[in-house]
Amino acid sequence: MIDQIKLDENLVAQAKAHGASIASDVLAFVQGHTTVAVERTICRLLGIDGVNQVYAPYANVLVEHLKEWGLLSIGAAYFIAAAHLETKMSPQEIAEAVDQGQLQLGSFALPPGVTASDVLAPYINQSLKKIAEQRAKREEKIAAEPKKDRPLIYCIVATGNIYEDITQSVAAARQGADIIAVIRTTGQSLLDYVPYGATTEGFGGTYATQENFRLMRQALDQVGEELGRYIRLTNYCSGLCMPEIAAMGALERLDMMLNDALYGILFRDINMQRTLIDQHFSRQINAVAGIIINTGEDNYLTTADAVEEAHTVIASQILNEQLALAAGLPSEQMGLGHAFEIDPNVQGGFVLELAHALLSRSLFPQAPLKYMPPTKFMTGNIFKGQSQNTMFNIASYLTGQNIHLLGMLTEAIHTPFMSDRALSIENALMVFTSMAGLAEELEIKSGGKIEKRAQLVLEKALELLEEIDQNKLFHALEKGVFADISRSSQGGKGLDGVAKKDERYENPFSQIWS
Amino acid sequence: MQDKNFIKPYGDTLNDGKIQISFTLPLDAGAKAQAAASQIMEKLGLEDIVIAQEQSLSPGFTFYVAYGSFKAAIDLDTIVVLENEQKALTIEETDELIKRELGRKLTVIGASTGTDAHTVGIDAIMNRKGFNGRFGLERYDMLITHNLGSQVLNETLLQKAVQENADVILVSQTVTQKDIHIHNLTELIEMAEAEGLRDKMVFICGGARITHELAKELGYDAGFGSGKYADDVATFMVKELIRRKESNF
Repeated sequence: MIDQIKLDENLVAQAKAHGASIASDVLAFVQGHTTVAVERTICRLLGIDGVNQVYAPYANVLVEHLKEWGLLSIGAAYFIAAAHLETKMSPQEIAEAVDQGQLQLGSFALPPGVTASDVLAPYINQSLKKIAEQRAKREEKIAAEPKKDRPLIYCIVATGNIYEDITQSVAAARQGADIIAVIRTTGQSLLDYVPYGATTEGFGGTYATQENFRLMRQALDQVGEELGRYIRLTNYCSGLCMPEIAAMGALERLDMMLNDALYGILFRDINMQRTLIDQHFSRQINAVAGIIINTGEDNYLTTADAVEEAHTVIASQILNEQLALAAGLPSEQMGLGHAFEIDPNVQGGFVLELAHALLSRSLFPQAPLKYMPPTKFMTGNIFKGQSQNTMFNIASYLTGQNIHLLGMLTEAIHTPFMSDRALSIENALMVFTSMAGLAEELEIKSGGKIEKRAQLVLEKALELLEEIDQNKLFHALEKGVFADISRSSQGGKGLDGVAKKDERYENPFSQIWS
Repeated sequence: MQDKNFIKPYGDTLNDGKIQISFTLPLDAGAKAQAAASQIMEKLGLEDIVIAQEQSLSPGFTFYVAYGSFKAAIDLDTIVVLENEQKALTIEETDELIKRELGRKLTVIGASTGTDAHTVGIDAIMNRKGFNGRFGLERYDMLITHNLGSQVLNETLLQKAVQENADVILVSQTVTQKDIHIHNLTELIEMAEAEGLRDKMVFICGGARITHELAKELGYDAGFGSGKYADDVATFMVKELIRRKESNF
């Protein structure tokens, strides 16, 4: 990779200090609250799985029961522990009994001095053990594969049918993909439950379910074994079930999760209190599971201009970084996002792309950056599209990006055919092979266009972070500082699933991970 | 073939009929798969077939790039197209036309409906900035616009339209897998008809896979696909509203 560019250290420190201050405000709020999604996640981590006769997940049944009786603020762990102590039923049996109307959790209470963490220790430890084992297995497999001195190739599958997805993914792995992301069906982010079992019907993607995770993991392990590589698996822990999906991913050894602190608020109109609480717990889970998060800054550029709004990407990366640190997620697991979205007809646009990519690289030297391909200016001209993707591949290689989401020549036409993916992988591998060694031969001219551009974007990002810090994040989002989208702290989806914690409240997992 | 109204694809010589095609077969590469690829080309009505590339994608899947000459010719005189080919007016011209002919501001409600999470289409048409240097509807002085964003239910869209006394409804559909956009667009028109709103407002749909012809078939006033911008949409809706006014609609 080309060496980092020289940045004004003082500006960098100021920008990060503002980010840290914003994040600590958010953390203070988060620590006093819980959500239905957080409670369902605790249920799942205590071993509650499966669905009832009308396909409602037992985790939802139990948490809805608490909500109905006004007990959400005391939390699921407390009542499961109390019921377990008295009835000796397992968490799963408790959930099933609640579903049958045989248990009323409000009638149980923990004796003074007894904590849910103590009572439920065997169940808690079982999950922790499984997560630790999955993490160790991943680390072992990665240690055994050849190191790659180039961006990792990330491909998307989106057939809607998990079995067809597997066929496509296995083919992509054989063609050279390092990472497979299964796109979720459109609309899943707004479901307040996680569907169950293997699924074959989705639109523009496939349902994220624990069984689908398991099936894909198994297939990728198998083909990875055959190829002598570890094929990484990605899904989406975003939307109204953010931490639940993180837990499923941790149990089924996903390697990466799309997980942005602000994306749901801005682009899915999910309530900001809900999202910020959920993202915190989901990141604690991702942190302990060794899962790399992928943040969604590329989305700003698909709605706004990539030149004018470049600084919003940087400001958001710093916010995502600081919120992740607050959740205990190390830099090595931060796949901070950005994108190659400048209009290809802009004079010198490629130079600006290099400046932006190097700025991210230099600001977050330890982070496995996630670089997104052109989408906004892709037309139906597949031949032009292939050329745009070649330029993107070159920028990614030269600037040392890590997680390289491959552009598809048929972007803007359909979800990728098997051949689209093969042609794109071939293109990227050709660039990476043929250019190997070039980056080390190049230096960025001191005081030149690239350095100046990076400095300018950083200055504007600092201004924006100052403004957010002054207003506090909630108010800044109400004012619409990101992507020209304004959201109310009392509006959006999922607010009724937020509760202020009672003094009896316990989240045994969050306690261990904090 | 001498008749200029008969047409064939053009490679490098008039009427050579050359076509390039690529496709994947669920077969391992080899003589048998190649013969199958040639037969597919023949059945498409091609001759002088050349399989230029045979590339294995994965065990059991092979990619082909092939060329052939189209045997038939298309008689242009038999083709009737339903196209929305008005020349787009400028923002100033449109505003002026609204003032002069309609004498009031028009209200436009737009959304990406159903489960579709993509705002790229509706934003390209409505956002002030527009797309590709063609400014969006928010920039017009004589338009009051409401962009409801993505994943808007059809009923929410209609509710809002009634509440705002909308003149025009814009629906964007980006995801088209398994024809979900057709179901969604049809549902909206059916609901509008049931509520007696269909003729009170101009219904326009848009998206990369939407054509004017498809839109008309589904009961919309117009459809705009790729390569169409806010000024095309604005021009259509204003002229349509003037037409309705003049015919005392």
